[in-house]
Amino acid sequence: MTETNLFPKDLTRSETTPPLRHEPEAPENTPTNPVRGWGRFALICVPYFWLLLFFFIPFLIVAKISLSQAAIAIPPYLPLMDWSKGVMGLWEVAKSWSLDNYIWLKEDALYWQAYTSSLKIAFLSTVLTLLVGFPIAYGMARAPRAWHTTLVMMVILPFWTSFLIRVYAWIGILKTDGLLNQALLFTGVINEPLIILNTSTAVYVGIVYSYLPFMVLPLYSSLEKLDTTLIEAAEDLGCPPWKTFWRVTVPLAMPGMIAGCFLVFIPALGEFVIPDLLGGSSTLMIGKTLWIEFFSNRDWPVASAVAIVLLGLLIVPIMMFQRHETRRNEGDM
Amino acid sequence: MPAKPSWFNLTSLVLGFSFLYLPIVILIVFSFNESRLVTVWAGFSTKWYTALLHNQQLLEAAWVTIKVGAISATLATILGTLAALVLARQGRFLGRTLFSGMIYAPLVMPEVILGLSLLLLFVAIDQNRGVWTIIIAHTTFSMCYVAVVVQSRLSGFDRSLEEAAMDLGCPPVRTFFRITLPQIFPGVAAGWMLAFTLSLDDLVIASFNSGPGSTTLPMKIYSQVRLGVTPEINAICTLLVLLVTLGVIIASILTKRQKLKRIEEERLAAAHL
Repeated sequence: MTETNLFPKDLTRSETTPPLRHEPEAPENTPTNPVRGWGRFALICVPYFWLLLFFFIPFLIVAKISLSQAAIAIPPYLPLMDWSKGVMGLWEVAKSWSLDNYIWLKEDALYWQAYTSSLKIAFLSTVLTLLVGFPIAYGMARAPRAWHTTLVMMVILPFWTSFLIRVYAWIGILKTDGLLNQALLFTGVINEPLIILNTSTAVYVGIVYSYLPFMVLPLYSSLEKLDTTLIEAAEDLGCPPWKTFWRVTVPLAMPGMIAGCFLVFIPALGEFVIPDLLGGSSTLMIGKTLWIEFFSNRDWPVASAVAIVLLGLLIVPIMMFQRHETRRNEGDM
Repeated sequence: MPAKPSWFNLTSLVLGFSFLYLPIVILIVFSFNESRLVTVWAGFSTKWYTALLHNQQLLEAAWVTIKVGAISATLATILGTLAALVLARQGRFLGRTLFSGMIYAPLVMPEVILGLSLLLLFVAIDQNRGVWTIIIAHTTFSMCYVAVVVQSRLSGFDRSLEEAAMDLGCPPVRTFFRITLPQIFPGVAAGWMLAFTLSLDDLVIASFNSGPGSTTLPMKIYSQVRLGVTPEINAICTLLVLLVTLGVIIASILTKRQKLKRIEEERLAAAHL
């Protein structure tokens, strides 16, 4: 009886008790301890309202500003609402909303290019990260048991160090007079320094490098669980190693591969730091476009529209990822 | 699937980890370079570290960053733990789907969008930007990480202890502090660490939400990097890397020790039976 409020999950399972009443307006009315009902109410409300206020409502504001007009004022857009006019004011404002900013995005080739090149860079670098990450995860999973904790730790550690620092570290390496060119010139592989920094190649290197842990860890957890007897069975039956790899290992590692790809693709699409520091002016990416629109051009409504379109692009992969994760977790159980 | 490491596996491990660590090692090495050029070695020197100590602006930015990190990590840990309790213990309630959506979405949301949306909120309510707006912004996105970490800890522990305490008449709040919190503490501590490092790292969200006098270290580093690579930046970066590495190592030793202690206690308890 006393735990009814803390463990309502168990309650909802039994058929004899009525379904749990919904929060927030109906705290449980048990005579023993009415405070507990309020306790539960408060427990839910505190994080809920924080997120509503600082995460959800800001999105509505972005959506609204993306429909308003830019103005030379502080803040640089026409007012959203004139509360003094009440409901009529609301209607008048709603009439002034326009899709101008979106039409502008559609008609200006720059934005279109930024979106397509973001998609292309995010997609290709996801494939590259998979190609680089797979052998590492495979090597980790096949290493002696005693190494495993240390190896996982070593993959996670760079993730804890600053993103900005790790991107910055590559500038010194990829510069025209940087260490990579010095080494290549010294060994005689090339005669002239390669120009890598401020090209899309540098962006690919940066993304692969920064997001590698996100790919390696889920891959490792899939490969680690893989039953070696299956591989042995395939080999005993005369299957050549590459075919065993392709027909046994890869399908069994698929859940980790898919999770890793989403974890790289989704954040890479909206990346700002990497294209800005490594890609120079020649690489267009949407996160950077938004930044420039906001900080340099000070066109807040267009920046908001860019954000909304980026969000639209991301919704499909994010939902696919969440479905995949739920299924993966259920599979584990 | 451990087996004997083959040459192929060893090579891929060595290459993979060199790829992960070499850039950071190079960065650290060149922070001790005598020359101003970051790419040409001219002898050992610690002069860039001494220069850092006299850079007033940088020290100020470092102080702002630590302050923001500590306060926002603490707030995020409290809110995130509450959120994890709601997700793991409160079953169904009105708006649960929206709630869990709001927990998971910031984990994958591009930083530019998070930063922009919060800034527009602060502008809409006419709030001047400064240290506190950065703290609120950092709390909001890092509480979601804390919630995920703590939730995984919560779903993996034995509820019968909680139930026993409640059946014996222990009020819920006390049950939480006496039974639940000690059990999930490693998760909560890891959550705080994660929130602190996330805040320490963040450039994009802080840039959107900062005002005059609230420049954080990443913002400072970013504006200097844009002007070019200098050994001074290498020196700050080295210090930050060492700080974080030390933190992670200490945290992992502590959790290991706690685990050993628990095993020992269980062994003793079993011996007394």
